[in-house]
Amino acid sequence: MNRIRLDSDTDFDGWRKAARELVLADVAPADVTWTVAGDEPELFDAPGRAPDAGSFAETAAPFIHPAQSPSPAQTFNVPARFVELAHIAILHRDPQRFAYLYQLLWRLRANPELMQVATDPDVARLQAMAKAVRRDEHKMHAFVRFREIGREPKSRYVAWFEPEHHIVELAAPFFARRFADMEWSILTPDVCAHWDGHAIAITPGVSKAMAPSEDRLEETWLTYYASIFNPARLKTKAMQAEMPKKYWRNLPEAALIKPLIEHAERKAHAMVAAEATAPRKPQRQEPPMTRAEPQADTLAHLREEAQGCHACDLWKDATQTVFGEGPQHATVMLVGEQPGDKEDLAGKPFVGPAGQMLDRALAEAGVDRSKTYVTNAVKHFKFVPRGKIRLHQKPATPEIKACRQWYERELAAVQPLLVVAMGATAAQSVLGRITPINKTRGHLIDRDDGPQVLVTVHPSYLLRLPDAEAKAREYARFVDDLKLVAAHLKKAHAA
Amino acid sequence: MDVQRKLAILADAAKYDASCASSGTEKRDSQGGKGLGSTAPGMGICHSYAPDGRCISLLKVLLTNACAYDCLYCVNRTSSNVPRARFTVDEVVQLTLDFYRRNYIEGLFLSSGIIRSADYTMEQIVEVARRLREEHHFRGYIHLKTIPEADDALIAKAGRYADRLSINIEMPEETSLAQLAPEKNVRAIRRTMGRLRLKLDEATEAKAEARKTPTRAKPPRFAPAGQSTQMIVGADSATDQTILNTSANLYGSYNLKRVYYSAFSPIPDSSRALPLQAPPLVREHRLYQADWLMRFYGFEAGEIIDPAAGMLSLEMDPKLAWALRHRERFPLDVNRASREELLRIPGFGRKAVDRIIDTRRYSAIRAADLAKLHIPRNKALPFIVLPDHRPPTYLLDGARLAERFQPKAQQLGFGF
Ligand code: SF4
Repeated sequence: MNRIRLDSDTDFDGWRKAARELVLADVAPADVTWTVAGDEPELFDAPGRAPDAGSFAETAAPFIHPAQSPSPAQTFNVPARFVELAHIAILHRDPQRFAYLYQLLWRLRANPELMQVATDPDVARLQAMAKAVRRDEHKMHAFVRFREIGREPKSRYVAWFEPEHHIVELAAPFFARRFADMEWSILTPDVCAHWDGHAIAITPGVSKAMAPSEDRLEETWLTYYASIFNPARLKTKAMQAEMPKKYWRNLPEAALIKPLIEHAERKAHAMVAAEATAPRKPQRQEPPMTRAEPQADTLAHLREEAQGCHACDLWKDATQTVFGEGPQHATVMLVGEQPGDKEDLAGKPFVGPAGQMLDRALAEAGVDRSKTYVTNAVKHFKFVPRGKIRLHQKPATPEIKACRQWYERELAAVQPLLVVAMGATAAQSVLGRITPINKTRGHLIDRDDGPQVLVTVHPSYLLRLPDAEAKAREYARFVDDLKLVAAHLKKAHAA
Repeated sequence: MDVQRKLAILADAAKYDASCASSGTEKRDSQGGKGLGSTAPGMGICHSYAPDGRCISLLKVLLTNACAYDCLYCVNRTSSNVPRARFTVDEVVQLTLDFYRRNYIEGLFLSSGIIRSADYTMEQIVEVARRLREEHHFRGYIHLKTIPEADDALIAKAGRYADRLSINIEMPEETSLAQLAPEKNVRAIRRTMGRLRLKLDEATEAKAEARKTPTRAKPPRFAPAGQSTQMIVGADSATDQTILNTSANLYGSYNLKRVYYSAFSPIPDSSRALPLQAPPLVREHRLYQADWLMRFYGFEAGEIIDPAAGMLSLEMDPKLAWALRHRERFPLDVNRASREELLRIPGFGRKAVDRIIDTRRYSAIRAADLAKLHIPRNKALPFIVLPDHRPPTYLLDGARLAERFQPKAQQLGFGF
C-alpha cells in the first residue's frame, strides 16, 4: 500500500508528481491512499468514506510525501482535457477526489479517448465535481460582500465568505483584476486572500468574528434590494435555485427576503384594489390642420408623405420607407428595384454592396452620381427573417403597382430627361408592364409620354454571378450601358 | 430629498424593465492601471436575486421618473400619481462606484423618463456614463437606455461609453403601441434600432480590419455587448405567434442580443384603460423558451406554435409541444441522428447534444446514460431509440402520449 500525503487541499503539483510516479511504477489505484497533511486523523475516523477502508488498518506503511522521492525522468502524455478537469476537480471538498483522479488517470493510459466519453462513470463523476467547484467559484464571485473599514481614500475592504469547496485561491485573481485599486481581504474558515494593490497573499483561515459586521452603505443597498423587487410576481423557488439558502447567512439583503415575501401578497392586492386613474387628456397640441393648398409636389413633401405609406403590406416588417435621393431637377433618374438590408437600416437608397458597385460603374462610365436622382421602384425592403439575417424577397406585382404612385410623383417632381431602369422590377415599374431585360437592354427607348428610358441590369445581379469571368464580362456591359447615359447627358447639355 | 429616498423611488420606477443581464461584452479589467472594475465576458454575474426570482446584476435605476409622455402601461407616465424624484448626475455616479466597490453589482443600467426633449434626456444619460468612464476610469458594465430620435452624435457617444444599448419596442404590435403610448412611435424606435445596427456593424468591421493590421490604432468602440429590447406581454391582445414573429423580425433586422419579455404587471395607480390582472408569468416563461428555440435550436418563428392555436401551450414546454405535433419525425436514433435532429428531441439541451456527439464516437449511448447527460428520461424516452430501448409504436401513435405530459392538476395545485 502506497500512502501519499499532499501538502494542502489544493496541492495539485504534489498530486501530479505522485500520480506520475505511481503510474510509472505500475501501482494500481486500489493500492494507493491519499491524504492531506493535517487531515489524517479525520480520515481514519471515517473509514466508511475510504474506497478500500480495510487496507488502512492493515498497512502500516509510512506516508510518502511526493517531494521526498526522486523524480523519474520518464513522463507520459495525458489529454489536455484531463489536466484541465483535474485542476478544477481537485478543489472539491470530497476527500476521495485524489483517488478518483488517479483512477481516471490510470484508465486513460490504456484508453486515451476516455475523456470524450461523457457517459463513463469516472469521467461523469469528476465532471460533476468540477461543475460543483465552478459553481461555487461563480457564487463566490457573486456573493462576496465587502465591508469598508475606515473611509476613502485610506479605506480597506474586508469580506467574510464560507465557500463550499477549496476555491479561495481559484477565485481570488478575479477580485484582484476587478478591485485592483482597492486594498481588500477575503476571510474564510479555510484560508484568507489579501490584496495590497500588487499581489495576492494567502494566509490561514480565521473565524467569522475577525470580519467587520457593518458598512455605512448597507442600508442603501437594502433599500435598493427592497425597491427593485416586484411584489406582483413572487417566484421564491426560482430565487432559491440561484441563491441557495446556504449563502444567505453572509448576504445582508437576505434578511429582507422573509418580510418582503410576507408583504408581497398584501401589496399586490392593494395595487390591484386601488382605484385606477383616468388617462390624462392628450396635452400635446395637434399641429393646426390647415393643409396647404394643393400644390405641385416638391421632393421634400413627397418624402414626408411617403414615410407613412401603407399602400401595401411591405411597410409593416421594414424599418422605414427608403425614398429617392438627389437634386430636385436632376437630368438623370436611376431607378433600382427595392432597398436592401443596409438601405433599410440607413433610410437611403443604394448605400449597400449594390450601391458601391453602382458607384464604381457610374464613375467608370463618367457619370457623376451626385448629379443624378437615385430611387427604387419599391420603397420598402421585402424580406423574410432567417436567424440573424434577412433574406431578400422579390417584390410581387401588386406591390410594384401599389408603389408606382411614388415613382410617378417623383418623376413629375424631378422631370428628368432620361430614366435608367435597373433590373426587371424597375423596368416593370418604369415601362408599366413586365419587360424582359435582355430584349430591351442597352438602347434608348423614346417615349411620347415622358422622358427617354434606358433598361439595364441591376448591380446586385452582377454581385450574384458565381464565376469571376462572367462577372467581369457582365460588369463591362453594365458600364457600357452607363456610358450611353454619359453620352446622352453630354448631348443634352450641349443642346 | 436624500439619496436613499431617491433611490427607493427611482429603483422602484425601474423595476418593470426585464433586462438585467451584464453579459456578452468585451474583456476588461483594472489590473495594472488606474481605475476600478472588470467585466466577465460571456456570462455576466448575478450578485443577488430578488424574491420575484429575478437576478440583480446591475444597479438599475432611472435618472428621473418624471416623464412628459403618458404611456398607459407605465408607472412613470405623466398622469400617474407616484412620487417623483430626480438624481443628479453625480449622485448616480457615486452610488454606482460605492455599490461596485462592495461587490453588490456588475455595473449600471441607466434609463430615464423623457424630460424636456429626447436630446436633453439622452445627454444627461450619456453624461453619467462619460463621468464614470473618463473621470473615474470605471471598467465595469454600463447599459444605457437609448432615447429614440435622439441626435446621432449623442447615440455615437453613448456607444462609446456603454457596453450595451437598448430601446424598448414595448408592444408586439404597432397598433397597440399607438393606443397605449400615443407619444411613442414604433417607426422612430425601429429607425433608431437600425441606426444602432449600422454603427454596431461598422465597429465589428473596424475591429476585424484592425486585427489584420495590428499596427493600426485601436478602432473606436461601440457598445460591444450590442443592443437589446423589451416587449410587454399581456397588456394588449397580441397572440404568442404575433409576438414571436415580431421577435424574429427584430432579431433578423437589428441583430439584437436579446428580446426581453416582460409580463404586464399591475402597477400602482394604474390606468383605467388597462386590465388589472395577475401577470401571466407562465406565458412569459414559455415565450422565453420559444425565443431560446429560435436563437439556439434552429427553430423558425413560424413552426414553434400550433397554427390552429396561435398561443404557446401553458402546460408543456414549446419543444415538447412541437414534438407531439410532429410525431412522424420520431423516434430518432440518438446514436445516429444529426446535431440538428438531436436538438429537436424533448429534454435534449445544447450541452447534452454536444456531449452525445463527442461520446458516441467512442461508445454507444444507452438508456442508463441519460441521467449522466442530465436528460429527463420521462420526457425523452418516447421520442428516442437506443440500443437497449425502443418506444412501443402504440405510444408514439396513440392519443395517450400527450396525456402523459399534462400536469396532474388535482394533485399538483399551486403552492401558496
Ligand atoms: S412598398 Fe411602396 S406602396 Fe408599399 S407601403 Fe412601402 S411605400 Fe407604400
